[in-house]
Formats: sequence, C-alpha cells, structure tokens
Amino acid sequence: MNILVWMKANPLTYVWIGSYMFALIVFAIEIVLVVRKRKTTLHQVRLMRDAGDEE
Amino acid sequence: MTINWFKYASPTSFYGLAGKMIPWFAIPSAILFVVGMYMGFFVAPVDAQQGEFYRIMFIHVPTAILSMFFYLVMAGYAALGLIFNTRLSAMMASAIAPTGALFTLISLWTGALWGKPMWGTWWIWDARMTSQLILLFLYLGFIALHASIDEPRRADRAAALLAIVGSVNVPIIYFSVKWWNTLHQGSTIKFSGTSMQITMQHTLLTMTIACWFYAIAVVLSRVRSIILERERKTDWISELPEMRS
Repeated sequence: MNILVWMKANPLTYVWIGSYMFALIVFAIEIVLVVRKRKTTLHQVRLMRDAGDEE
Repeated sequence: MTINWFKYASPTSFYGLAGKMIPWFAIPSAILFVVGMYMGFFVAPVDAQQGEFYRIMFIHVPTAILSMFFYLVMAGYAALGLIFNTRLSAMMASAIAPTGALFTLISLWTGALWGKPMWGTWWIWDARMTSQLILLFLYLGFIALHASIDEPRRADRAAALLAIVGSVNVPIIYFSVKWWNTLHQGSTIKFSGTSMQITMQHTLLTMTIACWFYAIAVVLSRVRSIILERERKTDWISELPEMRS
C-alpha cells in the first residue's frame, strides 16, 4: 500500500511509531551505550591499577 | 552559609556531585515522558488544520530547541576550557556532543515525518532544515575531531575551536524563518505570547522538561566516565569506593 494512503488512514500509528518510538529507541540505545562505557572504563581503570600494584 | 561553586569546577569534586545528581534528573525525566506522551496522545485535542499529525510537534519542537541550546552550552564549556584551561569544561563539552547530535537527529527525523503528510515531501533544502542539518554535521565534526587526536588536551583545544566557530550557526537556525522565505513555518511560541491551545502548551512544556532532564542525566553519567578515563592516573581515582571491588 502506498505510504501516503497508509499514513492518512492510520495517523496515530504513523505518529507513534515514526516519531515517539523512534525517539525512545534512540534514547534507549544512548542509555545502554553510556552504561556500557561506564562499565568498560571502570574495568580498564581497575586493570591499570592492578597492573601498577604488581610493578 | 555560602557555597564555594569553584570547588565543583574540579573533576575530583564534580565526579561525586554528578553521581548524586543523576537520579534527581533521570527519575523525573521518565515520569515526565510518560505524562507528556499521555497528554500528547489522549488529552491534547486534534488540530483543526493538521489533524493528528501535529502531535509529532511534542517531540519535534523540544528536541529541536534543545539541540540548539546544547550546542551553545557545549561551545560555552569549550570556550571556558580554551580560555581558562579548566579540565572539567572540556570534559563537559565532550560529554554534551553525542547527546546534542542525537537530539538534532531526532528533530530532523521527526521534522521529515511531519513534512510528508503536511507539505507532501520528506525533505526540502529550506534554510531552517539545511541549517539544522549543518548543526548535526557540526556535532559529528566535533566528535570526530576530538576522537582523531590522541593527546586529550590538544584534542580539547582543536574541538573547542570548531565548537566556537560553529556556534554562529545557532542564530542562523533560529532566525532563518525570519531572514529567508522558508517553507518551515515561523515560531508559534514567541516572547510576546502564543496562540497555541493551553493543553498543547502544557504538553509541549512537559515534553521539553522531560527531554532536558533526560539529557542532563545522560550527560552527567557520560562525564563521569570521561573523568574516570582521563584522571585514571591520579590518587583520588584509586580511592573511589567503586574502585575497591
């Protein structure tokens, strides 16, 4: 079905999936990346500290 | 009692403060998103001219406003880092850039989604839209330039220059609808007031605060990782409770 016909028949679905769900997925990916970055950085800093202790 | 604000300009003090502030922004942001979306879909009335499609505005406008605002904040921090050589300012600028880029992306995406049913096109090289696209490239340029230089302080200085020069684009975006004859409509909310229906105004305000709080929480969380990474050789990092495990 033509997208123009579909969006006019289902405007709320179009608005919800296209904009709000898209934005929420982007925010969720950003949160996951930030949490992962924090865990990775903490792990790396701990490894560096342990390596320093052994020297 | 007086608060010594300069104390929080040091990564050592700010690291702990940022950690304490994150839940104060993250939790209200989640609540406001739920409330804002409920109001946007179930409380705000249907627009007489645009029908249901206008509801895209409740996510498009906050992300567009904040994308410009965050760029100015990022450029401000970058300038502070460049002028006063403060470590935390440069770290804050680096932490804001990815969130600013994502807000710009969402504003462009939702704008295109609104444009198709209203204007009959996803995209047009209109002054407002083109300058907003340039803003996305400026954010990406800042991130790429910073990542391409190994020495952090040199990377901070180079990226700061780009951020400061690029900030000239923000007034261009804002005034583009006045300076040029654009397809994008002018501002609905002005300093002199607005003709927008009251529920729509409240929804827009709720979603703007939700996006703002979300961005603050994410930026604070990211800056903590940057501080950890860049201050890893200092004594105070090894004394942190999270480092003891």
